[in-house]
Amino acid sequence: MIIETKSADPNQTIFSALSCACAENRQQSTLPAQLTAAAAAVLWQPITMADSVSSEEVAVISNTDITSTESENNIINTMVERGTALLRKLEINVAEAEKRTGKNTVNMQETYTVYLIEIRPAETEGGTPAAPDTLWRRYSEFELLRTYLLVTYPYIIIPPLPEKRAEFVWHKLSADNLDPDFVERRRVGLENFLLRVASHPVLSNDKIFFLFLTEEKGWRDAVLETGFQDKADSRLKSLSAMFRVKNPDKRFTALKQYSDELNTVISQLLRIRARVADRLYGVYKVHGNYGRVFSEWSAIEKEMGDGLQSAGHHMDTYAASIDDILEEEEHFADQLKEYLFYTDAVRSVCRKHELIQYELEMAAQDLVQKKQQKEELATGTVRIFSLKGMTSKLFGQESPEQKESRLAALEQSIQEGEETVKEKNTECQEFVRAAWDDIERFKEQKDKDLREALISYAIMQISMCKKGIQVWSNAKECFSKM
Amino acid sequence: MSGHTVPADFSEHMLDLDEDEDLEVFTKNTSLPDGSPMPNSPSSMVNQYRLEDDDEGQEAVNTKDIFVTVDHPESQVTAIETFVLYRVVTRTTRSDFDSSEYEVRRRYQDFVWLRSKLEEKHPTLIVHPLPEKFVMKGMVERFNDDFIETRRRALHRFLNKISEHPILSYSQHFQVFLTAQDLAPHRKQGPGFLSRVGETVRAVANSVRGLKSRPEEFAVMQEYVDDFSNKMCCMDKVTQRIVKEQREYVDELKQYSPTYARWGELEEELTEPLKGMASCVVQCSKEAEEHIQHLSEVLVPALHEYVLCAETLKAVMRRRDNIQAEFEAKNEALLTRKVEQEALQEEVDVLADRMEQANNSLKGDWLRWQRSMKTDLRSAFISAAEKNVEYYEKMAEAETLVEQKALTALTQLVGALQSPPRHTPSSSVLQQRAATLPAVRSVPTSAL
Repeated sequence: MIIETKSADPNQTIFSALSCACAENRQQSTLPAQLTAAAAAVLWQPITMADSVSSEEVAVISNTDITSTESENNIINTMVERGTALLRKLEINVAEAEKRTGKNTVNMQETYTVYLIEIRPAETEGGTPAAPDTLWRRYSEFELLRTYLLVTYPYIIIPPLPEKRAEFVWHKLSADNLDPDFVERRRVGLENFLLRVASHPVLSNDKIFFLFLTEEKGWRDAVLETGFQDKADSRLKSLSAMFRVKNPDKRFTALKQYSDELNTVISQLLRIRARVADRLYGVYKVHGNYGRVFSEWSAIEKEMGDGLQSAGHHMDTYAASIDDILEEEEHFADQLKEYLFYTDAVRSVCRKHELIQYELEMAAQDLVQKKQQKEELATGTVRIFSLKGMTSKLFGQESPEQKESRLAALEQSIQEGEETVKEKNTECQEFVRAAWDDIERFKEQKDKDLREALISYAIMQISMCKKGIQVWSNAKECFSKM
Repeated sequence: MSGHTVPADFSEHMLDLDEDEDLEVFTKNTSLPDGSPMPNSPSSMVNQYRLEDDDEGQEAVNTKDIFVTVDHPESQVTAIETFVLYRVVTRTTRSDFDSSEYEVRRRYQDFVWLRSKLEEKHPTLIVHPLPEKFVMKGMVERFNDDFIETRRRALHRFLNKISEHPILSYSQHFQVFLTAQDLAPHRKQGPGFLSRVGETVRAVANSVRGLKSRPEEFAVMQEYVDDFSNKMCCMDKVTQRIVKEQREYVDELKQYSPTYARWGELEEELTEPLKGMASCVVQCSKEAEEHIQHLSEVLVPALHEYVLCAETLKAVMRRRDNIQAEFEAKNEALLTRKVEQEALQEEVDVLADRMEQANNSLKGDWLRWQRSMKTDLRSAFISAAEKNVEYYEKMAEAETLVEQKALTALTQLVGALQSPPRHTPSSSVLQQRAATLPAVRSVPTSAL
C-alpha cells in the first residue's frame, strides 16, 4: 500500500510529519487504535529525498522547524520579491477625494465619496515626470477587489482596508463618514492598501489588481467574470464552520493564537488611547480659560497688567496646541489599526488551512474505512462493527456474485479515494508552503512597521514635550516680569 | 514685608492712638521707611532676613525679627468634643517679648479669636484671612489628614502674614497668642459678643441709610475689589478644574502600561521597544502625579487664599463705609438739630477723626497689600510654570529612551538609517529596498 509522490520537493517532510504526528497522537486520537495504525499505514510512504539535507528531517509538526534549506529559500524569496515588477514600473497614489451623488442599487439618491487613483510610470533618471493616468474608485470597489483577492489567494495574508466606519473615536473627533478628516484619513489608508498589494510578491502580479488600477469602467465585469464568487462560498464556510481537526498543525495553531492575542492587545490599546486623548484634550482646553481670566484680570491691574496679559496669550497657545498633537497621534492609531485588521487576515489564512487539513483528514479516514470494508468482505471477518456486517451475520451471507460486485465497487471507490487523498495532500502541502512563505514575509514586515511606528510616536511625543516646555518657559518669563 | 513698605502716614497715626495699650509697642518699634533695623533692637541679635526680591535690579534687605511656625497637628479627644491642636513656635529678638523662644498649643478657635481681635482693633487694616471653617465640596472630614495638613499650612501663612505686618505684628493680642500657655483667661477679656452684635446692628442701620458719596479713591478701590474677587474666584475654579482633569488623565494613562507589557510578552523582535513603552508610561504617570501634587500644594492654596482675601477686602470696604456713614449721620444731625450743639459737635469730631484715621489706615495698608499680593501670586505662578517645564522635560527624557530602544533594534534589523516619517513609512522603505534588489524570480502560482 504504497502511495507514490512525484516531486522531490523537500516539503514532503510535511507529509511524513503528518504520519508521525498521527502515530504520536495516538492517545489523543478519536479513532479506535486499529484505525489509527491503518491511517498511519495509508499515509506513510518511503520517500527518496535525494535533495534533502539530512535524515533527521522527519520534522514533527509541533516544532516550527523547517529545513534550513527551506528556511533560506524563504528568506531569499521574501527579500527578492519585495522588489516587485509592478512597483518598478508604476507609481501609485490616491490623490484626492470627492463627494458624488447618484442613484444606488435600490434607486435611491445617495451621497458617497470617490477617490482618485493616479498611476504614473516610475521616474526614470533624468526624465520629467509624465502626466498620470487617473481613475475614480469608491470604497465599495476597493472592498470588492479585496474580497476577490481573499478568495483567489487564500494562503496569502491580504492587506486590510481602512475601516468602513470610524471606531475607537474620542469624542471630539467626528464619527461621521463624510467628515473631511475621516475622508482624508481614509484616502491615506486606501493608498496604503494599494501600495501594500503592489509591493506583495504574489499579489502584485494579479491581473484583476492591474485592471483595478487602469480600467475604470470595465473592471467590475472583469472581476465578476473570474467567477471568484463561487469559491467565495467555501471561504465563508471556512470562516464560520465549527469543525475539529484531529492533528492540528502546531505552527498554525500557534499563529492563530498569536493573532487573536495581538487583536485583543491592539484593541485594548486603541480603546485606552481614545480615553486618554479625551482627557488630555480636557486638560489643555481648560488652560484656555486661564487665557481669558488673565486677560480680564490684567485690565484691572497696574503693575501686573502686562505680565498677565502676555501670560494669557501663552495659555491660549497652549490650549490650541492640543488639536495638532491629537491629529498626529491619530496617525499612530491608524498604524495600529492596520495591524489590528491584519490579524483578521492572518486568522482567516489559518482557518482556511484548517479547512483544507480537515478535508484531507476526512478523505483519508474515508479511504481507510473503505479499505476495511473491502478486507472484511474479502476475508469474511468482521473487524469493525457495521450494520451491514451485523445484518449479514444475522441474515446469512450474500451470494458469491453479490460479493464480487460489491468488491469491485469498493475497489473502484478505493481508487477514487486514493486519488482524492493524493489531491488533498498536494493541496495541503502547497497551501502550507505558500502560506508559510507569506507568513514569514508578513512577520518581518510587521516587526519593521511597528517598530517604525513606535519610533514615530516617540518622536511625536518628544516634539509635544518641546512645545510644552516652550510655552511654559515663555509664561514663566511673563510672570517674572510682573 | 515690613520695613520699607510703610508709608510715613502710618507713623503719625501710630502716635495718635496713644491711649491704647498696644500702642506702646508701636511707638517703640516704629520701623524706618528705609528698612533699617529698629532703634531698640540689639543689632547683634537681629536676624537678617533677605527677601528674594523678584523685581529686577532691586535687592531689598528686610530685617525680620520674629519667626513663627505652625506644625505638629495633634488630635485631642475630650468628653465633649474632638479637635486638633497645632504647635506654634515663636523665635524673636524683640525686646517686648520676655523670652526669645516660645512654644504653645493652639486650636483653630484660638486663631479665630486672634483674628477677630485684630479686626476689631483695626477695622480698616487688611487682616489676612484664615482658612475656612468647613470645606463644602466633597465629603471631607474635619480630621482627614489632607485637610489638616492644608489647614496647618494656611494657619502658618496666616501667622506669618500677621508677623510681617508693620502694625498688626505689634498687637498685644498677637503677642499674647504667641506666648501665653493658656489662652483661655485672655479670651474672656475685652469687648465680647455683645459689642460685636452692636457693631453689626450699627452696620445694618448705616447701610440702610446709605452713603452720601464715597471718596473717589475708595470708589475706585471698591470697583477693583469687586473685579478682583471675580477674577480670583475664576482662577480658583479653573485651577481646581485643571487638577481634576489631570487626575483623570493620569488614571487613564496608567492603563497603557500593562497592555504594552502584555504585548511585549507576545512578541519576539518587538519585545524591547514595547517593554520600553510600558516603563515609559509608568514614568510619565509618576511625573504627572508629582505635577498634580505640586499644583495642589502651591497654586491651589495660593489662589484660594486670595479668594478669601478678596472677601476680607470687601469686609474692610464695608467697615470703612460704615465708619463714614456713622460720621455723616451724626454730622447731619448736627446740622439739622439746633439743640445740644456742643455735645453733638464733640461726637462729630470724634467720628470725623475716626473716619480720617480709618481712611488713612486703609490707604496705607492698601499699597502694602497690593505688593504682597503681587509677590505671592507671582511666585506661585512662576513655581507652577517651572513645574510644568520640569514635567515636560522629564517626559521627553522618558520618551527618548523609548525611541532609542526602538531605534537600536531597528538599525540592527534593517541595517539602514531610520527612514523619515511619512504617511506610509513601510511602503516607502519597501520601495527604497525594491530599487536596490536584483531581478524578480518568478513565483509559481498556486495550483489550487
